[in-house]
Amino acid sequence: MNNLKNFTKGFFRENPVFILLLGLCPTLGVTTSAINGLAMGLATTFVLIGSNVVIALIKGLIPDKVRIPSFIVVIASFVTIIDLVMSAYVPALYESLGLFIPLIVVNCIVLGRAEAFASKNTVFSSLIDGLGMGLGFAFALTLLGGLREILGSIAIFNWKIFEGIARLINPATDYTQPDGILVFVLAPGAFFGLAYLIVLMKKISK
Amino acid sequence: MAKKESTFLNMTLTLFIITAVAAVALGYVYNITKEPIQKAKDKKLKTAINIVVPGADKGTIEIETVKIEGKDLFIYTVSIDDKIIGTAINSFSNNGFGGLVRVMVGFDENGKIIDSDVLEHKETPGLGDKSSKSVSNWNEQFKKMDISIMKDKTLKVSKDGGEVDAITAATITSRAYCDAIQRAWTVYVETIDDNSQQKETTETEIIEENTLETKTVDIVEPNEGGNDNE
Repeated sequence: MNNLKNFTKGFFRENPVFILLLGLCPTLGVTTSAINGLAMGLATTFVLIGSNVVIALIKGLIPDKVRIPSFIVVIASFVTIIDLVMSAYVPALYESLGLFIPLIVVNCIVLGRAEAFASKNTVFSSLIDGLGMGLGFAFALTLLGGLREILGSIAIFNWKIFEGIARLINPATDYTQPDGILVFVLAPGAFFGLAYLIVLMKKISK
Repeated sequence: MAKKESTFLNMTLTLFIITAVAAVALGYVYNITKEPIQKAKDKKLKTAINIVVPGADKGTIEIETVKIEGKDLFIYTVSIDDKIIGTAINSFSNNGFGGLVRVMVGFDENGKIIDSDVLEHKETPGLGDKSSKSVSNWNEQFKKMDISIMKDKTLKVSKDGGEVDAITAATITSRAYCDAIQRAWTVYVETIDDNSQQKETTETEIIEENTLETKTVDIVEPNEGGNDNE
């Protein structure tokens, strides 16, 4: 499989969220806004790349019977690193993602790629695979987060759309925009949004 | 590459080496991020206090912890040049629509509310979260309120015969907000009494600029929180 294909498969053909339906817990949990989805996706990407590369490096040294515990230790280390780094340098984001950062450890995409890809392929193609899958995951989460933010709070990346436009036309305006469709910010909205995006993705990828 | 055989020695050694390397790497990262994490925490706290006691970022802050109903309530005494400019209290209520609501409230030297804001909550987005300054200006009405001159010295929403206008469709959140401020005020009045007694016997300790020190005081008091649940 060539590297370009290897990279792009994470976006459409094997998108972890829309096609494989893996890692749905953070997908449904954190996507209340586009920025949350993006941050979660990038954190997962970092862990995926790190664990894929390390596992591809040490795969020859690990006896078969202890490979899962070894993989989990590697993954957990990378998650703890991103957890510490985020709480140190982006505390606000860290707070809004909260519990879901440590939970990357049990995200099935990460262990899934380690077991299905990195433990059988070279370091470089594992790196590409991790990057592609991670960015595909980030893409899916940002899309879902963006959809929910637009419908639920009429904003995108915390930029209030109606108010922003009103302010562009008249900077001194005191217009406050109405509330969005509240259900999309609440938990059920994640299911609605995800379902519609999956349908859309199926249509496009046909 | 041929896989290593899964003998007992091989497995033990591999796992040992992997965990040892992971431990070293994590220790290294922990040391690097320790200081920024502490700084971020301090900054967040100072910003939160500064909202309810303006000028707190320039002064010194003394922290006291009081345990009530199994939860911590923090008292931050803010002073500039040894003169107390206000007291911020990180209070809580268990009666929010989504459970715990934490409210930071600042009192001036006369016990009047300077300002207040929600620190953490699990209220409904679009309804109960209007109690937060970032969402609406509902909690502006608490500015300059003086609980000691209110009926029964309690803060209540107008539905319950008080003076606070509740958030539309979020009366429970509004009640919880009042409950948290009420709790803060009760503790504030108690500590004021305590401090005036203490001053006769001991000198107050001076805490250096920009350092945060914690001491814990357990106040034993009759459990009056029980009747708010009804």
